[in-house]
Amino acid sequence: MSRTIEPELVRHIAKLSRIELSEEQLATLGRQLGSILDYFDKLQELDTTAVEPLSHAVEIHNVLAEDNPQPSLSPGQALANAPQRDGDFFKVPKVIGDSQ
Amino acid sequence: MSGVADLSALELRDAIAAGTVSATEAVEAYLDAISKREPAVQAYNEVLAERAMEQAQAIDRKRRSGQAIGEMGGVPVAVKDNLCTPYGRTTCASRILANFQAPYSATAVARLEAAGAIVLGKTNMDEFAMGSSTENSGFRPTTNPWDSSRVPGGSSGGSAAAVAARMCAAALGSDTGGSIRQPAAFCGVVGMKPTYGRVSRFGLVAYGSSLDQIGPLTQDVPDCALLLGVIAGGDPPDSTCLDRPVPDYLAELDEPVENLRIGLPKEFLSQALAPEIGAAIRKAADVYRALGATIIEVALPHSRIDVDADGKLSSYAVACYYIVAMAEASSNLARYDGVHYGHRTAQPVEDIIELYSKTRQEGLGAEVKRRIMLGTYALSSGYYDAYYLKALKVRRLIKNDFEAAFRQCDVLLCPVAPTTAFKLGEKTADPLTMYLEDIYTISANLAGLPGLSIPAGVSKAGLPIGMQLIGPVFSEDRLLRAGRMYEEATGVSRLTPEMVRKQPGYRMPPGSSSSSALRR
Repeated sequence: MSRTIEPELVRHIAKLSRIELSEEQLATLGRQLGSILDYFDKLQELDTTAVEPLSHAVEIHNVLAEDNPQPSLSPGQALANAPQRDGDFFKVPKVIGDSQ
Repeated sequence: MSGVADLSALELRDAIAAGTVSATEAVEAYLDAISKREPAVQAYNEVLAERAMEQAQAIDRKRRSGQAIGEMGGVPVAVKDNLCTPYGRTTCASRILANFQAPYSATAVARLEAAGAIVLGKTNMDEFAMGSSTENSGFRPTTNPWDSSRVPGGSSGGSAAAVAARMCAAALGSDTGGSIRQPAAFCGVVGMKPTYGRVSRFGLVAYGSSLDQIGPLTQDVPDCALLLGVIAGGDPPDSTCLDRPVPDYLAELDEPVENLRIGLPKEFLSQALAPEIGAAIRKAADVYRALGATIIEVALPHSRIDVDADGKLSSYAVACYYIVAMAEASSNLARYDGVHYGHRTAQPVEDIIELYSKTRQEGLGAEVKRRIMLGTYALSSGYYDAYYLKALKVRRLIKNDFEAAFRQCDVLLCPVAPTTAFKLGEKTADPLTMYLEDIYTISANLAGLPGLSIPAGVSKAGLPIGMQLIGPVFSEDRLLRAGRMYEEATGVSRLTPEMVRKQPGYRMPPGSSSSSALRR
C-alpha cells in the first residue's frame, strides 16, 4: 500500500506552486503524489556517495557572446498578448498588500 | 492530382523542383487529405490553409521565374504546437495559452521555411508535452490513423498521426523523454531525437530544459535525413545549441555502415516487453547480422527494468527522469501566471498571488499541475537532497553506462515502447502506468544521446511496431545510415494505414510496403 501525502503538505506544495486546489483535488492529489513519491524512493537503493551530480548531459559552460545590441521586440509586440494593459505597461492587481 | 499526398517529402521536393507538380497542387492535395481524414484523426489544433496557399503560390512564382526555391521548396509540413510561429496560434494544447500568438518564430521552423517548406498547421500534443498518448491535450485527444480506438502516442501525437495519415509530408516534434520516438513507433513513421545541442531550441516552449530537443517525424529515413540537415546547427539565441558543422546527412545515406557493431541492452529485452516486440527486435538484429554487422550484448544496469512479485514495473531511469523533468518543469512553467500573456482568471482577487493561483487553477490541466507540484516538492527545502540531487547523481550513473556500452559497440538496438499503441483511456487513470511508457526512451534524453525510431514491422493485430537505434553524441549520420540499411534490406518503409490505402485513387508509392505483406 503506497503512502498518502497529508492534506496540509499538499496544500503547502500547492501554495509554493501557486496553484489553488479544491478540497476534492487535495484528496486525489494526496494519493497520486504519494504513490509517485514512493516510486521515486527507488533511487535510495543506489549508493551515490562518490558520484558527482550531472545537471546537463552536454557539459558546456560560459558561452560568451559579443556585447552587441540586437533587435528586440517592440513594446507593442511585447504587450500584444497582455490580458490587461495600461499604456505600455502590464496591469496587475496590487502586489504589496496586507494579506501576506 | 491523386497521389501527390502519397509522395515522400524528398520525392515531392524533387517533383516540385522538376516542375511536374506545383507547390500549389501539393498544398491542395494535403488540404484535401486533411478534409477527408482530419475529422477522424484530429491531429491539428489549427490548419493554416490560407497562408499555406499563399506561400505555395509564392514558391510557384519563384520557380517559374527561375529562382532557387530551396532544399524543401514547396513541401508542406506540420509543426507541433509548442513551436512558436509568428502566425496562427501557439497553444501547447493548453487552455492557458489557447489564444496565444507568438511574436517570433522558433529557429527550427524558420529554417524549414527558409528552405522553402510550407507550414500547413500546428499539431496537437499532450499539454506542454507532458504525456505519452496525446490524451492530456487541453482540447481533445488525437487518434491513431491505424486504429481510431487507439492513441497515437505522445506527446508529439498530432505530428506523428498527421504524417501517418499523409496529412502533411513531414513534421516537427519535440522529445523530452520519448515524445518523438514513441508516437513515431505507435503510428508507423520515422522519428528522431537528435543529440542535445544539435538543433536550436529557440522558440520551443520549454518543458525540461536539460532534456528537450526538437526533431523530425517523417515517412522514411531519407526524409528524416533531409529535415535534420535543414534544422540542425548552431544558433546564437540558444546557448545550449552547439556550433558544430552539420554533415550532409543525405550524401552517404545509402552507404551501409561497415563493420557495424550493434549492442543489444540485455536489460531492455525483459519480461516487461510485449513478446511480439521483443521478437521484432531480435529479428532486426538478425537482419543486421545478415548484413555483416556484429551483434553483442551490452549492459545498461541503471536503465534496467525491475518487475516485482505483483508484476509491477520499476526503473531507476524512470524515477530519475521524472524527478529531473518535473523539477525543470516547475521552474519553466512558473511563467504562466496570467500577467504577461495567456489566460487570466476573471474571478475577483485580493492580490497578485491570488491572481496567479486562480489563473493556474483554471488554465492548467491535471497532469501539468501534478508535475509542477512534484517538481516544486523535489526542489523544496528539506527534500532537495533526497530527490533532486539524488536524481542528478543517478543521471551521471546512467550516462556512464552508455559511455561504457559505446566502448564496445557503435549503436544500440532496442525497443521504443513496451507495447504497440494502446486504447484511448487505457492508461489515464493512473499517472504511473503512463510514465512507464517512457521506459526505453528516457535514458537517451538523460544522457543527451540521439535516438532514431523506425518501423520494424506490423503486429498480428495490424499495429506498427517500432525499433530504436541509439548512438553516441553527434552520431546522427551513423544512426540514419544504419536505419536506412534496415529499410533497404527489409522493405519495411513508409507503412501506410488502411485509412490512406482505401482512399480512391491511392497508388502505392514505389519502395513502400503494404502492411499485410509485413505480417508474420
